[in-house]
Amino acid sequence: MAKTCFMKSLVAAAAMTAVAGGASADSTLRVVMHSDLKIVDPIWTTAYMSRNYGYMVYDTLFAMDEDTKIHPQMVEKYSVGGPNNLTYTFTLRDGLMFHDGAPVTSADVIQSIKRWGGKDSMGQMLMKFTKEMKAVDDKTFQLILNEPFGLVLVALGKPSSNVPFIMPKRVADTPKDTQISEYVGSGPFVFDAANWKPGDKAVFRKNSAYRPRAGKPSWGAGGKVVNVDTVEWISIKDHNTAVNALISGEVDYIESPPVDLLPLLEAADNVKVEVLNKLGNQLMFRLNHLHPPFNNVKARRAALAAIDQIGFLKAVIGDPRYYKECPAMFMCGSSLATDKGADIIMKSDYALSKKLLKEAGYDGTPIVVMQSTDVDVLNNLGPTAAQHLRRGGFKVDLQAMDWQTLVARRAKKDKPADGGWNVFMTSWTGADILNPILAAGFNAGGAEKGWFGWPDDAKMEALRDQFAKETDPAKQKAIAEAIQVRAMEVVTHGHGGQWTKPAAWSTDLSNVIGGPFPIFWNLTKK
Amino acid sequence: MYTFLIRRIVATIPVFGMVALFVFFMLRLASGDPAAILAGDNGTPEQIAEIRAALGLDKPIYVQLTIWLGEMLQGDLGTSFFFKKPVTELIALRVEPTVMLALMTLLITIVLAVPMGVIAAYNHGSWVDRSVMALSVLGFSVPVFVFGYILVYIFAMELRWVPVQGYKSITEGVGPFLHRLVLPAVTLSVIYIALIARITRASVLEILGEDYIRTAHAKGLTPRAVLMRHALRNAAVPIVTVIGIGVALLIGGVVVTESVFNIPGLGRLTVDAVLGRDYPTIQALILVFSFIYVVVNLLVDVSYTFLDPRIRY
Repeated sequence: MAKTCFMKSLVAAAAMTAVAGGASADSTLRVVMHSDLKIVDPIWTTAYMSRNYGYMVYDTLFAMDEDTKIHPQMVEKYSVGGPNNLTYTFTLRDGLMFHDGAPVTSADVIQSIKRWGGKDSMGQMLMKFTKEMKAVDDKTFQLILNEPFGLVLVALGKPSSNVPFIMPKRVADTPKDTQISEYVGSGPFVFDAANWKPGDKAVFRKNSAYRPRAGKPSWGAGGKVVNVDTVEWISIKDHNTAVNALISGEVDYIESPPVDLLPLLEAADNVKVEVLNKLGNQLMFRLNHLHPPFNNVKARRAALAAIDQIGFLKAVIGDPRYYKECPAMFMCGSSLATDKGADIIMKSDYALSKKLLKEAGYDGTPIVVMQSTDVDVLNNLGPTAAQHLRRGGFKVDLQAMDWQTLVARRAKKDKPADGGWNVFMTSWTGADILNPILAAGFNAGGAEKGWFGWPDDAKMEALRDQFAKETDPAKQKAIAEAIQVRAMEVVTHGHGGQWTKPAAWSTDLSNVIGGPFPIFWNLTKK
Repeated sequence: MYTFLIRRIVATIPVFGMVALFVFFMLRLASGDPAAILAGDNGTPEQIAEIRAALGLDKPIYVQLTIWLGEMLQGDLGTSFFFKKPVTELIALRVEPTVMLALMTLLITIVLAVPMGVIAAYNHGSWVDRSVMALSVLGFSVPVFVFGYILVYIFAMELRWVPVQGYKSITEGVGPFLHRLVLPAVTLSVIYIALIARITRASVLEILGEDYIRTAHAKGLTPRAVLMRHALRNAAVPIVTVIGIGVALLIGGVVVTESVFNIPGLGRLTVDAVLGRDYPTIQALILVFSFIYVVVNLLVDVSYTFLDPRIRY
């Protein structure tokens, strides 16, 4: 009797689930993101999940398209004028409204830019060159520079963390070091905070008041037309479970399935696998300039001579459809792409490495290479680097740790023997390294101002400053080439090759578009 | 009895104190920096320093400890570094799935394991006994996640009887609730069925050799009555003890099961908190788990007095 009841319950449950699934199938998009949403302040953190949340809830003044060109988004028109072309005047589009029904005004925009400008490195650069920002009227505002800055629109259209999202003034008034506590934006989706279950599910509803601009969508630019009622970001930590859920139709989209499970997805009839972020990502080989042996440029050059890109790419991606060797530090396919100065990293030359090490007076002290073991695209980088470096004459102490430990340890300036480090590897989304101001790796401001590894090179800093002030794109490109050559000479870092990772989605979806962040407008669901 | 209960409850206070201090210092001594994680992969050293200051992590450890203890004494378990929500709220959201998974697992375990153990003991040396023991060894030997994936493949992917993942609250209906929970509960119960079936078999087997069992048979009682009324009841104390230990072990088991079946319970919250170095959440969770452990042990001790009238406190 009990068994019969139990089986009946199961059958009834199956029927109810089928009905429930059918009822919501046409309007709810269920997505497995690469992580779960934790922080809902995309200015406070550079975490990509917070950036992705930002693109759902907020809008931007400008946006980059798939050709890395900047286009107006919330801005209807803009002009550059005044003495020495230092005054930028922007007018907002008609009908821009926050989710609480208030119109987007110049005051909101100015305060949002100020908060972002206090936090983001590109924003800080813009603020350094800004004399003042002022509202002309509710829809028009001006940004007045104190000297020429060639990256105003690039900064305002910055596609990746931190993105200058526009918030209501009262929200943007929050100090930059304090997380905001409101979810009101003017973007294509409204965050359903009441149904947010941290670590489980984040829910977004279509913003029916959103007025998309005309034009074909491309990355963050163009018309953001939403064709689903609800988007649910479901947190599934286990990759196998996520893949099984997609194949069985329980979810519709996986942002970042691991490379080793792609054959399963490619074999499924109801799943499409495709690279959406065609610009891709770049591996980074980072040395610590503060301590021997890499406080000596010859030892750094020796390390660069020992490694090569193809070794890393085969080790972490494996499938040649998803990687390519690329000499350009600003990403192959971008407007600043160049191969100048990059010969040394394209092919291992162990003899040269040993020669340079000898000239550097390397004493044989093992170098500490940090290996991240829990991020699939980073797992094999450490052992690959270690093997190349050993063959190039280094003694290597390869230390395995989880990524979060590595992130904490890379911030330490201590000697390697005292808990510091010599080498780590990471990866950057291409949109974060499209120019030498955006890309943190080129910052050569030393121990005080530089990014982890802390290169210190006055010439590099002068070149970056020159690049920032240059407004002529042709001249900018020439300076970028000089920067790449200098980066290879002093070895700010090495670029370990370019890779992409496909997303996977149900064949019930169509018109899926992609970019350096997941995009949920434009797509439709059967 | 009441004196015993009060004494036991009072004795838990220093236990919680020790656990709290141990966890606090272990977390601070372990590698990893919540501020670096919060800043994101592209966070600059300057941003990390700002976050560290905002969280109070730049203060000396003894100051952090004083603040935390002060908040705890006021019933405040802290605020999650990541979600900016009170830890108690996060835990409250996750309690139901874990409790339901544990209860369902216990139910399946007791319903299957105790009869299996009794039958094996009663048929000692027969093929039935050997079969039960073979299954028991299998249950012990195969890791929970392997069972999980096998069951998912068969029942979710191939037969499509149940979903691959997810959880529905019982408030959304018993049907959907059971539909989602049955596979994880079966998965998690396998190892406990193996454990409790073995213990039951051994206990009942020992009791069946006692003189009073022979007497009961000599009185003309049916084998069923002897088994149920005399053997099983006297074998109950060790069985209940192991079930109690099993509840504590379940806490470890739910971590894996909740990950494989994507159940948003305390196990997954623990893993996320540890990976994110979310100190307030980890500290609160460890205290909650300690509390559960202490309560279960207390209940087991109290149950002895009902199962065996000779035991008095």
